[in-house]
Amino acid sequence: MRLEFQHIHKHFGAVHANNDISFTIEAGTIHGLLGENGAGKSTLMKILSGFIRRDAGEIRLDGHAVEFKNPAEALHLGVGMLHQDPLDVPPLSILDNFLLGRQTRLIQDRSAARADLQTLSQRFGFDLDPDAPVASLTVGERQQLEIVRLLSRGARVLIFDEPTTGISLPQKVKLFETLRLLAQQGMTIIFVTHKLADAEDLCEQVTVLRLGRVVGQVTRPFTSAQLVQLMFGQTFATRERAAVAPGEPVLELRDLCVADYRLRVPHITLTARAGEIIGLAGIEGSGQRLLLRACAGLDAPVAGEIRIAGAKMNRQPYRAFLARGVGYLPAGRLEEGLVAGLNLTEHFILARRTREWLVNWNAAQNHARARIAEFNIRGDPASRVESLSGGNQQRALLALLPLDLKLMLLEHPTRGLDIESTLWVWQQLLERRQRGAAILFSSADLDEILEYSDRILVFSGGRVAQALEGRETSAQQLGELIGGKGL
Amino acid sequence: MSKTNFWNDLGWGVGPILLGLVLTTLALMAVGADPARAYATMWTGAFGAPEKFSNVVDAWVPLVLGSVGLLITFTAGLWNIGIEGQMVMGAIGAAWVARTVDLPAPVLVPLLLVAGALGGALWALLAGALKVYGRVHEIFGGLGLNFVAMGLALYLIIGPWKRAGIASTSGTEPFPPAAWLPNWPGLSVGPIEIALALVSLALVYLALRGTLWGLQLKAIGKNARAAFWLGVPTQRHWLGAFALCGAFAGLAGAEQAAGVWARLIPSISGGYGYLSILVVLLSGFQAGGVPFVAFFFAAVTKGSVALPLDLQIDSALGGVLQGMIVLLYVLSQGVRAKFR
Amino acid sequence: MDTNLIVLTLASVLADSSPLVFAVIGETLGEKAGITNLSLDGTILLSAMVGFAVAFTTDNLYLAFLAAMLVGASVASIVAFSSIVLKLDQIAVGFVLTMLCADLSTFFGNPYVRKPGPAVPHLAMPGLGEIPVIGKIFFDQNAVVYLSLLVILAVWWWIYKTQPGLQLQSIGERPAAAFARGANVNAQRFVYTVLGGALVGFGGAAYSLFVKLGWSYHHTSGIGWIALAVVIFGGWHPIRGAIGAYIFGGLQSLSGLAQSVPAFANVPTQVFQTAPFALMIVALLLVSNQAIDRFFSGSPISRKVWQSLRGAPPGALGTVFEQE
Repeated sequence: MRLEFQHIHKHFGAVHANNDISFTIEAGTIHGLLGENGAGKSTLMKILSGFIRRDAGEIRLDGHAVEFKNPAEALHLGVGMLHQDPLDVPPLSILDNFLLGRQTRLIQDRSAARADLQTLSQRFGFDLDPDAPVASLTVGERQQLEIVRLLSRGARVLIFDEPTTGISLPQKVKLFETLRLLAQQGMTIIFVTHKLADAEDLCEQVTVLRLGRVVGQVTRPFTSAQLVQLMFGQTFATRERAAVAPGEPVLELRDLCVADYRLRVPHITLTARAGEIIGLAGIEGSGQRLLLRACAGLDAPVAGEIRIAGAKMNRQPYRAFLARGVGYLPAGRLEEGLVAGLNLTEHFILARRTREWLVNWNAAQNHARARIAEFNIRGDPASRVESLSGGNQQRALLALLPLDLKLMLLEHPTRGLDIESTLWVWQQLLERRQRGAAILFSSADLDEILEYSDRILVFSGGRVAQALEGRETSAQQLGELIGGKGL
Repeated sequence: MSKTNFWNDLGWGVGPILLGLVLTTLALMAVGADPARAYATMWTGAFGAPEKFSNVVDAWVPLVLGSVGLLITFTAGLWNIGIEGQMVMGAIGAAWVARTVDLPAPVLVPLLLVAGALGGALWALLAGALKVYGRVHEIFGGLGLNFVAMGLALYLIIGPWKRAGIASTSGTEPFPPAAWLPNWPGLSVGPIEIALALVSLALVYLALRGTLWGLQLKAIGKNARAAFWLGVPTQRHWLGAFALCGAFAGLAGAEQAAGVWARLIPSISGGYGYLSILVVLLSGFQAGGVPFVAFFFAAVTKGSVALPLDLQIDSALGGVLQGMIVLLYVLSQGVRAKFR
Repeated sequence: MDTNLIVLTLASVLADSSPLVFAVIGETLGEKAGITNLSLDGTILLSAMVGFAVAFTTDNLYLAFLAAMLVGASVASIVAFSSIVLKLDQIAVGFVLTMLCADLSTFFGNPYVRKPGPAVPHLAMPGLGEIPVIGKIFFDQNAVVYLSLLVILAVWWWIYKTQPGLQLQSIGERPAAAFARGANVNAQRFVYTVLGGALVGFGGAAYSLFVKLGWSYHHTSGIGWIALAVVIFGGWHPIRGAIGAYIFGGLQSLSGLAQSVPAFANVPTQVFQTAPFALMIVALLLVSNQAIDRFFSGSPISRKVWQSLRGAPPGALGTVFEQE
């Protein structure tokens, strides 16, 4: 199926998420869609698969303009999407998931479906036990189920959203083999990714999005250098930075293993010294958040040792970490950090952790006013946090961290901020470093990582590379490592 | 607040009350009663004579105390349905002191009130522990404990604390006079109860507004995760909120036992715990509205007592009116938010 | 104890638990779709009252059950509307409805208090009722009891053996996935909640029309709350829920027997009546507590057995589904 996007626009409030996007994908090809977080890839793919409606523009399948109100209609016309977190129903069995949305009769023809499932699985060499619950599968196996399900429903255009994020290397090899096979059979494959290496490996053609616009298209043969150039808008020059003499070790990790239900990152060993900035690079969800939360005392590590300023901190409660001068900045501003419904003054009172029994509202308000001015927050002491813009919420979060921290753990400290706010945040952080704080931060922005990190820890595919010297690392090198090349 | 806003708020507040009255009137007509006479009977039942009015105050006190406690738990994001049982345990605690301690009234009465508060607090802590440590939702923990508390009260009344010679569900032997809360002559209410209710209301209002603890509780109720990030000990505050709410509920129970009945009776809590939940819902979770809504509910409850005697209408009419108004109020809030 | 007594006891447990079974199955249906109807206790009271009143005035049992189901469905539709359309807190609305329905039942039920009325007639299954033991327990009952058994099986069959049932599960577990596969999530949630409410209403009428004949103040003694707890205890599974209901019924009749034991002669009946609620807490503690999870996770086998016993709530229970 030949697929054309023509002048697609989509707004979310003030954000122009898709801005006049037009390009064409030929049938039987694998087309890469590349871009940073917030570049507009997901929006475009959700429009294509019927999850959201476009504001303007046209989608054509084999030359015919199509409209769909929901994903079921899109699939009916041949467009199916595999989500990064596969959109299946985990407690149900593979066969049940396969059956869902497939038949409309009261009593399912389970044996026919089972036969179908097995034929399709065999065709691609998948090993899917129809009776196993989906909850027991790896992400890779869940993808295989979704592929089989979408094909059986007549999908001719298949969208893969970051499919290589949570899967193992053999599964990735298998997935790529499958995608090539599908393309050979005439399917149109859209491969959404951050990973340069994957795009280079797999795609005949790659379209790069940045800030909601198409910024370029390359056709095989291309190099990852070209992709980096398009994705980040510039080639990176090496920068001068002030030398900092690192002080005492603040954070020591020995063979630490962090994990959640879908990802496990073992063998993290690291020493962070006072005055050091360590950047955590990698695709989002590769373990950076797990590491930061473990160091903050919010999640217990699976194995290994955490020391803060020399003291072993395993099994200590969060408050003990706070008392030791650890500060964590969560990425979910309104979910994990700020309390919607409370105003700025109230937040500053809560964060001060004083022993005062009565609240002196006047003093608190003055304190809040001072912090608001100091941190350049556009709002007043009585502003509720949910009424602030994202940038101002971020400034508020930073302002809530005590000034005398020994260790700062920052999750995407400048995500979604404009350039001015970003520079301001970093100026603050560099000042804190001068006062002796060690800083660990995660970012999806390679530029930011390279500009500010003394050392860089790259997370990819469940592994962490040896820390790189920030000074000696090039964007090229970093981009390739993040993409899983040479790790 | 701008002028249009004020009228808007007033409309959204008064609308449900009027609609509730209309539906209740329809209910009265459905059973063939004369609505005008029914409302008149309720009015005189509540305000017709000084002693009637003092009955209303009798109901107002536990409603205010219960609501005050619930303001704390609701602020912390908890549904303390166990408040009814906490009132019963308060009454049991007070009855225990009244029966076993022989001291002059100025010592005995405070002691008995403290015992009541303790009884309620411990019972509430049980529900809290079930939630925090056992992960049993507070609605089920609290509700189950309500029935257990009522069973315990019944057991005591029929068993160990039965009146000499007869075991009857009408209640225990009256407390010795030293354990009675002093009443104004000829009335069933005295200064201590009213002072208790008003002081509690003021204290909790100030504590929720003016203390760090109140602010922390508010943060937990709105977003426990973020509150924890900010360094608020969430579990400890949850348990504390339960205990405090239980203490106020226990105080209400003790007041009912020592101030109104002068003994322990099976239905000592009188449904005031559940009713307090409705009071707080209709007050929009604000302390400011509590005394007025509680007064309205107390008047409706006591006024409808006269219905079966005078008109052979069931006194549950009061509950129908209260429930109808709160339901419509809650729904109207949803409608308002949807079409804003 | 001779076998005859045991058989009779089992038969009476099966009969006396039938209202609880209807309520548990009805609530399970709604919660499977993702909506908690907390008003159960009020719904049962009101439908028990209406069922009895209609039977009393019309002498028609069919009409009585129909009216009771209508009551249950109406209350459930308020719950469904307020949570799906108005996005209100399901607990707040459910609680207020519990209180309101209880008072409505007392108010409108007043003329029927302690009046003798029609009862569901006994209906032994010809032939089957003659089978020793089994026949006495299962087939020497009335139509409502047979229906309760049928409803358990039918709902189990619907949820786990049919295509719409599969969709129902997906709606409660992961509405976004169901939506992606073409389900109208909110419409189905509405339908199942209302249908569940109708079943609860049927259970209410079963209570006043044969388990505890007639009508009195707060006639159904809190079984709505028990039903809500049994749904959790049964792991949101109709058959396990029904078993939970029978366990509660059985323990209640055991406590009835215990009262006749001399050692408990001094313990008043009222104390025994609170036993189910203490049991409810213990049961919930058992299925919710992490310590017990850890205890059973010692060996892979015990972990598997325990996991299959406890069940998990539908993933999206109590949450609002909104299309992007």
